[in-house]
Amino acid sequence: MLDSADLSDRIAEIIADHQGLEGPLLPILHAVQAAFGHIPQPAVPQIANALTLSKAEVHGVVTFYHDFREAPAGRHILKLCRAEACQAMGADRVAGAIKAALGIDWHETTADGRVTLEPVFCLGLCACGPAAMVDGRLVGRCDASVVLEVSA
Amino acid sequence: MKIYVPLDSAAVALGADAVAEAIVTEAARRGVTIELVRNGSHGMVWLEPLVEIATDAGRIGIGPMTVADVPALFGGIARHPKALGLVENLPWMKGQTRLTFARVGVIDPLSLADYRAHGGMVGLDRAKAMSKAEIVAEVTESGLRGRGGAGFPTGIKWKTVSEAPGERKYIVCNADEGDSATFADRMLMEGDPFTLIEGMAIAGLATGAAKGFVYIRSEYPVAIRIMEAAVRLAREAAILGAQFDIEIRVGAGAYVCGEETSLLNSLEGKRGVVRAKPPLPALEGFMGKPTVVNNVISLASVPVILAKGAAHYKDFGLGRSRGTIPLQIAGNVRFGGLYETAFGLTLGQIVDDIAGGTATGRPVKAVQVGGPLGAYHPRSDFATPFGYEEFAGQGGLIGHAGLTIFDDSADMLAQARFAMEFCAIESCGKCTPCRIGAVRGVETIDRIAKGDAAAIPLLTDLCSTMKSGSLCALGGFTPYPVLSALTHFPDDFTPAKEAAE
Repeated sequence: MLDSADLSDRIAEIIADHQGLEGPLLPILHAVQAAFGHIPQPAVPQIANALTLSKAEVHGVVTFYHDFREAPAGRHILKLCRAEACQAMGADRVAGAIKAALGIDWHETTADGRVTLEPVFCLGLCACGPAAMVDGRLVGRCDASVVLEVSA
Repeated sequence: MKIYVPLDSAAVALGADAVAEAIVTEAARRGVTIELVRNGSHGMVWLEPLVEIATDAGRIGIGPMTVADVPALFGGIARHPKALGLVENLPWMKGQTRLTFARVGVIDPLSLADYRAHGGMVGLDRAKAMSKAEIVAEVTESGLRGRGGAGFPTGIKWKTVSEAPGERKYIVCNADEGDSATFADRMLMEGDPFTLIEGMAIAGLATGAAKGFVYIRSEYPVAIRIMEAAVRLAREAAILGAQFDIEIRVGAGAYVCGEETSLLNSLEGKRGVVRAKPPLPALEGFMGKPTVVNNVISLASVPVILAKGAAHYKDFGLGRSRGTIPLQIAGNVRFGGLYETAFGLTLGQIVDDIAGGTATGRPVKAVQVGGPLGAYHPRSDFATPFGYEEFAGQGGLIGHAGLTIFDDSADMLAQARFAMEFCAIESCGKCTPCRIGAVRGVETIDRIAKGDAAAIPLLTDLCSTMKSGSLCALGGFTPYPVLSALTHFPDDFTPAKEAAE
């Protein structure tokens, strides 16, 4: 783990890398999340200060978008598509089986910190559903056995 | 030996990366020299991963490939058990009119030489010799309308921005393709990114904008990677630079950011909340400056319009829907994928003839046209020709031209409930009919499911409020799937207790 001085240095670096952009807040938040796996709480006032925004404005943006998380996820992130084209291929059934196998619901992480289950509304794999994303890897025509890929 | 293995997300999701790796390994083991090209997809998703081998006669397709099918590639392609013959001769390919997607699947997406060899940059070169007004006139004359779903004439939008006062103007490409059943933007960006770059550069010339953004949804990692690489290559080749440059921006999982004003707020670094119109983005868009916001397919159709002339493009289509439309056929479908054709095929021709019905082999119950905000059409709508006005006349919309096919096991009350649930999850929260209406909609449909028939008129009343009172299409169009399900499939909304009695 980084101590708070390291954290703040790293965030300052990220802010400096993006400050020339027009409307830099989303690129900064993406970079912070890529670096830390979530948006650490101290990042919010630091970013707000650098961009002359209020803390509330930055917090508002972090919480508006589904992608940004305020706490670390599990070691694996399993995203299952819930949208119509995947529903037509039985995505609800697959999701039900996976939830039962993991013992968690949407947005939850298993007690051992192994896997976080997230819904996603469309991965653009609508002619080979149900679709999933396992730690960034795309899976078409997925079934409940996709949980085996997040077993370690 | 030249071998093509798609890098398209759908192909990758079905194992293309492992197949590509196995081909390299097998070639090395046999001491065969190969040239491996990672191309876009031809759009025949049921055949993916579709590997192609270049021969003197043309490109032979083999698919759907697995790692186990790789060794046989090296033992005479024609005898491969999964050989399909020349890809260009497959019925799915021969039936199409590929204007916007002419190069997708054919070329190496990141080779400018390949791009130029297949007609790329002809449109931009022609535009450079034209005045702003001449470019705008050409696009207007083609009849091109916004392919994102709204169907607004592209040329008119460009004219407004072109004539707007101000030094600083922007071209924003909406690549936040969030509708289920749509993947045309993704396939275009992954398979032929320079076409989008060329279209945006032409838009820059036509309007006097010096800066463009492509706002790509985060759910499309492959498209993001390819577009970023293509922009770098275009800068190195001086196609982009001081006169007009492009920046790739990544969304953050909010469906509503596909709405143009919400997208602009997101680009500016704000919550993706919808803005009231007017002012139009064409006059006060990104950072308050005149801004063209166009969908990927609208912009990617411009190069061929400039290259071949407005008349060539306009000759295709029917009524006020001119040119071609990349249909995306999805869901429970036998032959699913992307099929570019002139407007005017009937829904029945698309679903029964081209797509071959359902994957499960069961009867088609409903087809949702236009994504999560589009209506559910029963078979009785199958004579409707594919066009903007034609679908509006059937209480629906074509949207971004995605079609989701459902077999007879679909529960239309559940689909209506999902439409309301989705609206509740994705609502930006700015207007009350959407923010609260969608929550009440879920509750009302749950009452109907429990046998409360009195809730049905309540639902139709709520839908009418959402339709006329919402700020944008999210709240305004959610009633399409809900009411179409209720109207066309009333049996699914009759109380469950009747069956029990």
